[in-house]
Amino acid sequence: MAIHEDVLVIGGGIAGTTAALAAAETGAQVRLVTHKKSTLRQASGLIDVLGYAPDVDGPVSDPFAAIESLPEGHPYQLLGETAIRGGLTVFDEAVGEAYEGSHTDTNALLTTSGGAIKPTSRYPTSTAAGLVSDDRAMLIVGFRSLTDFDGELVADHLAAAGVPFSVDGVEIEVPGSYRADSRVTRIANALDLNKDLDYEGRALPAREAFAEVIKPHLGDADRVGLPAVLGDDHADEVRADLERHLGAAVFELPMGPPSYPGLRLEDILFDALDEAGVRLSDGNPAVGYEADGDAIDAIIVDQMNKEVPYSAEQVVLATGGLVGKGIDSDREGVREPVFDCHVPHPDDRYDWFVDDAFGEHPFAKFGVQIDEACKPLDGDGVPEFSNLRAAGGVVGGVDRTAEKSKSGVSLATGYVAGTAAGEAI
Amino acid sequence: MSDAESPSDFDPTAQSFEPVQVFPNNEDMDLRPGADNCYKCTACDTSCPVAEVDEDFPGPKFQGPEQWRLKRKEDQAVDDSIMSCSNCMRCDNACPSSVPLSQMHNTARGEYVSEEMNKLSQEYIRNRILANYRFFAKIGSKVPRLSSAIMGNRLVREINERILGLPAEREFPAFATETFREWWSNRGGPKVRSEDKRVAYFHGCYSNFNTPEVGKAMVRVFESFGYEVVVPKQGCSGTPMFANGMLDDAKREAGITVENFSGLIDEGYDVIASCTSCSMSLKQEYPELFSMDGIEDLSAHTYEAMEYLRIHEDLHSAIEDASVDEQAYAYHAPCHARNQGLDRQAVELFRDLDGVIIEDVGDSCSGISGTYGWKKEKYENSMKIGEEMFDHMEHATGDVGMTECPTCSMQMEHGTGYDIKHPLQLLEEALVQ
Repeated sequence: MAIHEDVLVIGGGIAGTTAALAAAETGAQVRLVTHKKSTLRQASGLIDVLGYAPDVDGPVSDPFAAIESLPEGHPYQLLGETAIRGGLTVFDEAVGEAYEGSHTDTNALLTTSGGAIKPTSRYPTSTAAGLVSDDRAMLIVGFRSLTDFDGELVADHLAAAGVPFSVDGVEIEVPGSYRADSRVTRIANALDLNKDLDYEGRALPAREAFAEVIKPHLGDADRVGLPAVLGDDHADEVRADLERHLGAAVFELPMGPPSYPGLRLEDILFDALDEAGVRLSDGNPAVGYEADGDAIDAIIVDQMNKEVPYSAEQVVLATGGLVGKGIDSDREGVREPVFDCHVPHPDDRYDWFVDDAFGEHPFAKFGVQIDEACKPLDGDGVPEFSNLRAAGGVVGGVDRTAEKSKSGVSLATGYVAGTAAGEAI
Repeated sequence: MSDAESPSDFDPTAQSFEPVQVFPNNEDMDLRPGADNCYKCTACDTSCPVAEVDEDFPGPKFQGPEQWRLKRKEDQAVDDSIMSCSNCMRCDNACPSSVPLSQMHNTARGEYVSEEMNKLSQEYIRNRILANYRFFAKIGSKVPRLSSAIMGNRLVREINERILGLPAEREFPAFATETFREWWSNRGGPKVRSEDKRVAYFHGCYSNFNTPEVGKAMVRVFESFGYEVVVPKQGCSGTPMFANGMLDDAKREAGITVENFSGLIDEGYDVIASCTSCSMSLKQEYPELFSMDGIEDLSAHTYEAMEYLRIHEDLHSAIEDASVDEQAYAYHAPCHARNQGLDRQAVELFRDLDGVIIEDVGDSCSGISGTYGWKKEKYENSMKIGEEMFDHMEHATGDVGMTECPTCSMQMEHGTGYDIKHPLQLLEEALVQ
């Protein structure tokens, strides 16, 4: 067959990129196939390993120490601490100086755009000055045209949570002439390119103009938090210029979609794939496979109404969960659409959820069951295929949202699946 | 349930139902499932190159699912901002829920042009001319040197700007002195005959009238792999017509193409295009927008040239064994190639060709989007969108550009002054003796 690789990874999120990087590290020739733009652009860009655990009161301080309290069958229980550390190492090498947190096992506490406090393991450098453990006085600045983020509300929330520093909030009109419902991309671009904006009747470069509007509200604050729209390709320069004009540290609070920290992470990870010699095919979905006995020969990619085989020795399934569409459901049942791997779930769909909105919903744990080598298992606990491994959101048995463990599970499973696939060559 | 009225024959307890059953008598294409799939993540708006430079353009999420919903009310006209969509189709590629955004835009634009637009306006006449480039190119290419000289004249360009609304800054591409089809006929048609490896070439307008060297390269490369190539009669792919809401024109041209290719598909021919907008149109827009006999079949048998060779031949090994004189390229992936999942193939392949340095100049849009950049009121935005690509091209090692799309190549040349080649030309140099 014409299109052939040692290892083929399906999915372009954190799990897929980690698996591809880990497999490339073993010397294998790797191709990553991804359908649409990654859901990373809807993610905060924070890398949570484990924020909450069953027997721990409040946020987890050391995720590694809390693994043993997790239920049996949890991916961390199956794969162990070395898998998490392996995944984090792949990540740390890929992102370099763009992220912080690798100096310690302990979770950092960061402020969210809702004013809550969140435990996380790795965080973009742009968010670092916002650590809650830091006692410097803080000013939170919101933009009036950005209705998802309210500076005063965020500050009030933080103060009410009893943070160990003084915090004020303010809403400002952004300089320049924008529509009231202007997209955040326009603000990010103006700052990124440092275009001249109208400020009190004169033209000022965007970064300076923003600083001028913020300055009168600065008071005693040593650090200023802003919604995470401070530039795209040149985010570090935007922040440095704002800090210089303000004479205070500047940090970002991750926002909902479009999330710049998520978009920047997507760029960083894809650059790392390029660097590692991983081949990329994006734009078409994997829809099926060809197998010889229990070994997959090729996956079938739907290239606009044409079924094209991409053959490989080893395959990693990293298509995501219910949002990423790696797990599909309808009124009849829940399934994994590419290989039809077994997805345990109750027959009666009224048993998929509980009435309490914040209760323990069974659907949150839907996904394929894996063994210690990340191989998906059938209903009898036997690997579905000899050369298929699963990683990330498609793996079940864990309520990532409640635990705050989504990225960590993706890193750990991606690392194990990618390394094993590469080493099997 | 939705706010749609329940017709009497709708059984809500049925085992499975399709939303279309809620509107049993509706014979138009049903876009409701697409609209319902949108969960407002804004991936499309973030990917839209026009929204990035044009504050007044409300973006694909509005043009698609939101406008579709607004239109459920009687007497709601399509908003005129639909005419600022450049039809780059990047939103299709961005949407994680597979909302058929470009299909929604194409239908809304078609409705706007037929219902709202003054047919005597400069804008309508200009757009009709741009959309029907093939018609005018056919006349112009009868006297290629004269036409090129006239259209290249500065005064003519000034007049064109005033009367037709074409930007005077742009130079018309020169007509070839011998069209591809003239060459093909002088050559005596196929040089290779085969029962089992056979392709029908959709050359499109530009390879025929302006860059026949691309068409010749396609023929020679495919023949070198033992394919029988035939060149059937064909219309315009329709791409410039979709982009200007001229759906009747597009349907007429699609009819010509489908009629002439359908029989060949039955005889075992696959359809190959060298222009990524042509392949896009035949693959996706044809079956989305028109229902005619054979159109689904045509879609399912259409490939871009390099895509086809990569699937059916060991192209990578052939390239690894070849070498060419030293040359360096700044490669730009057209948006329509991106949507077909073909944006990486040229770089992936030529990276391993001895003698060649090739760099991808990034994932920005070139800004011309077919006819969009050929409109005087859009020219400035078109160049703003292109800025990033121009900048990356200048920083790349190569000072020759490479792309599959004719209008991207116009824009690349316009912004940098570089010569631009099609990947097939390099394939020909590497593989054809």
